[in-house]
Amino acid sequence: MSAIFRRELGAFFTSGIAYVFLAVFYLLAGVFFNMYTLSTSTADMSGMFSMLFAVIIFLIPILTMKSFSEEKKQKTEQGLLTAPVGLGGIVLGKYFATIIMYICGVSIVLIYALILSYFGSVDWGILFSNYLALILLGAAFIAIGMFISSLTENQVVAAVGSICSLLFLCLIDILTNYISIDFITDILNSLSFYTKYYEFTCGIFNLSSVLFYISTAVIFNFLTVRVFEKRRWS
Amino acid sequence: MIEVRNLTKHYGDKKAVNDISFTIEDGEILGFLGPNGAGKSTTMNMLTGYISSTSGTVLINGIDILDDPIKAKSNIGYLPEIPPLYIDMTVKAYLNFIFDLKKCKLPRKEHLSNICELCKVTDVKDRIIKHLSKGYKQRVGLAQALIGNPPVLVLDEPTVGLDPKQIIEIRNLIKKLGRTHTVILSSHILSEIQAVCDRVIIINKGEIAADDTADSLSKKISADHRLIVRIEGKKDEVLYELRKIPGIKYVRADMEREPGVYEYEMEAEEDKDLRREVNKIVQEHGWPILLMKSSELTLEDVFLKITMGEGVESHLNKLKGTDGGKKQ
Ligand SMILES: Nc1ncnc2c1ncn2[C@@H]1O[C@H](COP(=O)(O)OP(=O)(O)OP(=O)(O)O)[C@@H](O)[C@H]1O
Ligand SMILES: [Mg+2]
Repeated sequence: MSAIFRRELGAFFTSGIAYVFLAVFYLLAGVFFNMYTLSTSTADMSGMFSMLFAVIIFLIPILTMKSFSEEKKQKTEQGLLTAPVGLGGIVLGKYFATIIMYICGVSIVLIYALILSYFGSVDWGILFSNYLALILLGAAFIAIGMFISSLTENQVVAAVGSICSLLFLCLIDILTNYISIDFITDILNSLSFYTKYYEFTCGIFNLSSVLFYISTAVIFNFLTVRVFEKRRWS
Repeated sequence: MIEVRNLTKHYGDKKAVNDISFTIEDGEILGFLGPNGAGKSTTMNMLTGYISSTSGTVLINGIDILDDPIKAKSNIGYLPEIPPLYIDMTVKAYLNFIFDLKKCKLPRKEHLSNICELCKVTDVKDRIIKHLSKGYKQRVGLAQALIGNPPVLVLDEPTVGLDPKQIIEIRNLIKKLGRTHTVILSSHILSEIQAVCDRVIIINKGEIAADDTADSLSKKISADHRLIVRIEGKKDEVLYELRKIPGIKYVRADMEREPGVYEYEMEAEEDKDLRREVNKIVQEHGWPILLMKSSELTLEDVFLKITMGEGVESHLNKLKGTDGGKKQ
């Protein structure tokens, strides 16, 4: 697993994806930081965080599109699948490499907060709650993106498929506005990624939300393993 | 050691591999010979645990590839049909990655440089794989399979894309490895299999057509009764004389190779050694012989010969009639 993890992390840089991801993320985070925090002269960063939710829907698929589709296309997966490593090790090695790459991106917000702390008092509690939410959300989205990447050998299809799926997940929130049957809205709300994320941005730390994101990640990683098992048996 | 029992693979309705069984002992080199689509790669993919079988078992050194895949796979070095290379990496980085992936315990630097020497990739080890030629990629693929010194080597068409000198070197390397390893390699080149392997399994349409030692196979399919000769002399006269050889089945003149020199292809009955007869004729008439070789059997010929036994001649003739000039 550690060999795959290291190779994958290296591949983000050799393929240039790392630079694209980091540049776009830093740029957009900077723009929103300026728009919502600096120009309003407050020390409140929650405006930026709620925008970042939308940003990562489009950026995470860039990180995950290649992960399995490219292996399939270049036939390198044959090397991985005949090496003495388990499927779980392969999937998790790639997953954690992508998470680390993602964390490198989102950690820029900590630097913004440090800058801010020179000029005013930063509520570090809320900030870390936001930061954690961003990482948890990313962990869930990355698992979904990698799952979709394992279904195709075309990375463009993987990227577009992931963006559509992630957008669809956010559509659930809009649906709740139109449905007035209580118990359906309850269900939809409990599946909503954004509602939970929003709670975090207000500084509410909810353990069940943490578990929701983590279990989403676990389920989709498990499904990715299943995709490989199933393909082997077909 | 590899034991394969009743291995079968279906793709939907299509039977890619149908109920094949064989055993390969330690220190044996087994050649897997078959035309395109015979099921060679499919079998090898099942041996190495890349795809599962529809039914049947594979034991690698006594370990079932489906029961304990990780342990079984750690005994195998596999060079797939298309080498699994990460084209953005340098050769060195890639081989290091494979070393880690296989959790290899040998001293890293020494082991990797030995393998680079063996496969002749030392010169290119700092280059990016994407920029290597096909032959070099193939060699890196072979190097990858050898990492960790696995006791079982599965090589799917290992010499494809190599130049003639390299082919000979790689064949010698495989022979050397064969003394201490269990090796199975596939090819659709008859002479390659004959040059390298102790034992040959001929596979056709997913089934084993023959399983024999290389020596006895070459006896079975030797072709002294079929010759290609270049003779200097008048075409019609030469043809007329050659056709008089007792037991001859056909003689055909090919194109004019040099001024006044034609190439003749002929076949006699099985037990007939044509070489002496031809010599006699040319000596009588004072025609110089410029070339004589036994015409090599094509893979199709071999299948027909092996699978059909007796009534093969008519088929062979038909075959010769349609694609007589075709070499394997
Ligand atoms: N994934 C697949 N789905 C459906 N059919 C397949 C698949 N892979 C292989 N086949 C079929 O199985 C048969 C055997 O293929 P295989 O690749 O094993 O042949 P081969 O002996 O390796 O041929 P070659 O010399 O061309 O490499 C072929 O008829 C092929 O069409
Ligand atoms: Mg093949």
